[in-house]
Amino acid sequence: MKKKYATETKQISNIERKEIEEIKNTILKKKYWKQNLIYLRILLTVWFICSFGFGILMAEYLNNFYLGGFPLGFWFAQQGSIYIFVILIFIYVYLMNKLDEKYNLKE
Amino acid sequence: MDSQFWTYLLVGITFTIYIVIAIWSRAQSTKEFYIAGAGINPIINGMATAADWMSAASFLSMAGLISVLGYGGSQYLMGWTGGYVLLALCLAPYLRKFGKFTVPDFIGERYYSSNARLIALICAIFISFTYVVGQMKGVGVAFSRFLEIPFENGVIIGIGIVFFYAVLGGMKGITYTQVAQYCVLIFAFTVPAIYLSLQATGNPIPQLGFGSKTMDGVYLLEKLNQLSVDLGFEKYTDVNRTTLINVFFITAALMFGTAGLPHVIVRFFTVPKVRDARISAGWALLFISILYTTAPAVAAFAKVNLINTVSNARYADVPDWFKNWENTGLLQFDDKNQDGVIQYVADSQINELTVDPDIMVLANPEIANLPAWVVGLIVAGGLAAALSTAAGLLLVISTSISHDLLKKNLNPKISEKGELRAARIAIAVAVVAAGLAGLNPPGFVAEVVALAFGLAASSFFPAIILGIFDKRMNKEGAISGMIVGILFTAIYIFYFKPQLGGPGTPDNYLFGISPEGIGTIGMFINFIIAIIVSRFTKPTPERIKQLVENIRYPK
Repeated sequence: MKKKYATETKQISNIERKEIEEIKNTILKKKYWKQNLIYLRILLTVWFICSFGFGILMAEYLNNFYLGGFPLGFWFAQQGSIYIFVILIFIYVYLMNKLDEKYNLKE
Repeated sequence: MDSQFWTYLLVGITFTIYIVIAIWSRAQSTKEFYIAGAGINPIINGMATAADWMSAASFLSMAGLISVLGYGGSQYLMGWTGGYVLLALCLAPYLRKFGKFTVPDFIGERYYSSNARLIALICAIFISFTYVVGQMKGVGVAFSRFLEIPFENGVIIGIGIVFFYAVLGGMKGITYTQVAQYCVLIFAFTVPAIYLSLQATGNPIPQLGFGSKTMDGVYLLEKLNQLSVDLGFEKYTDVNRTTLINVFFITAALMFGTAGLPHVIVRFFTVPKVRDARISAGWALLFISILYTTAPAVAAFAKVNLINTVSNARYADVPDWFKNWENTGLLQFDDKNQDGVIQYVADSQINELTVDPDIMVLANPEIANLPAWVVGLIVAGGLAAALSTAAGLLLVISTSISHDLLKKNLNPKISEKGELRAARIAIAVAVVAAGLAGLNPPGFVAEVVALAFGLAASSFFPAIILGIFDKRMNKEGAISGMIVGILFTAIYIFYFKPQLGGPGTPDNYLFGISPEGIGTIGMFINFIIAIIVSRFTKPTPERIKQLVENIRYPK
């Protein structure tokens, strides 16, 4: 009688453990997605400011400053923004690869 | 040896390479034919994407446009690169995880509707076809101008080459040929640029030479500004306030359009993993940026050279190349005051010289006295750019027909072998159709090429983004958003393009936005309609929510 009860509790706790595991997984995944969205927000803000901001809306003002022979606004519009785009992608790749590992989601 | 010889030699060598690669990389299955077996190394895919992306327009026309527009040309530079950030961050990894073959595939599954798939399929074919006809025309022009082969024969040679490797190799063959084409086109673009930069400033790196001092101690851009002012033009680097809003909207339309173009998106289905899709977008943009940061430098060098050579020069003394290009009609000199001297100024009453922007790249080697083989290189590069883009687009058209239409809609029971055969037939028909249209381009095609971006931005981009980031987006919302977005954009374009017979004039532009930039507004309309409609209609089924959940995580 006592023995049977013991196996029963063991079974229950197995099921429970599975459930807990699942809930933990969902919470972790939610956290992962939230962190991803934070990265996106920050990087896309930089993306917008460097191209539409420095390269277009503020270009006229920035042209009062110089980078070597380049008026600064013009440089952002025709060179700088493109370099920044490339860097942004590589930063995102780096951050996401670390995040994948942290949450054990690496393929 | 003259430039004609070099052109034949270099074009011959590069074409042989493409054919050899095609034979070596035949596709055996539909998976290989559609997405190269999803086994492409991310750096290789980055290179192929770069070639896929950079068309005849990027290679031949963009630098010229920038040299005419000055600061205004920035819209093309930022617009055609910034979209890759969106692709890498918001689209490519999730679509790779989804792991199917095409963009209509994603739309159809995510919005659980074969109608949505059908609409996406029609948009994909329409966008790709208008785009590909422009490439075919570019091939014909390159042949006829440099090899003195009639335009029609040039197009036919181009069709033949694309036909051979696209039909045989599908995505696999196209990918490896695109890698070769990238190498050819980037070499062909940068070599003359390095020469120009050395000549003008002594700095071999065009991106730096562009901001350096010329031999007489003045900064190149300052000199260019001064020359422009002297001739009555605006300063080259100055921001024109009246068109700034339009620059903003055109840049945005090109960026969002890039991120919505099916032939670019599909390239990210070809890599093995989600992380490969992310890094692959980075490599693609890195390879693209080599050309895109060189082009504005070429634009500035070429403009200084042109002004120095022709402005106030006696017509009797102009170099040979001037007369050669006059014969092609790309340069026109009309001696209005009969003084035998070329007046190249802003005032159209006095100006005597009309310059086609294309000449800035095409005639560069001659204007700058570069060796004869550089001319051949530019022709081979221009052809590589046109052919690689054409092949990528044709594949989208054929996959849409054999996979999305035939397999998913008409005949789901078709065998693997049958589908592969259908894909080959579809691409063959598409190549021939595009070639025929390239021979007699309907007047509107050239105009519509640039507008394909607006159409992609206002249809696909919101549908895909919402599909990934908004679980509540349902089929009713997505379909109505796509239809309203693309209709609004298309109607605005047709209304305001006199070349398309539209009655609109620039004075009536909505907020001063030209048809090239209206895709941005179309995109916002799409987003708004989709979100509103989705909140008032049936919620997304549970299994679709699961699907969205699933594509958000790499594992």
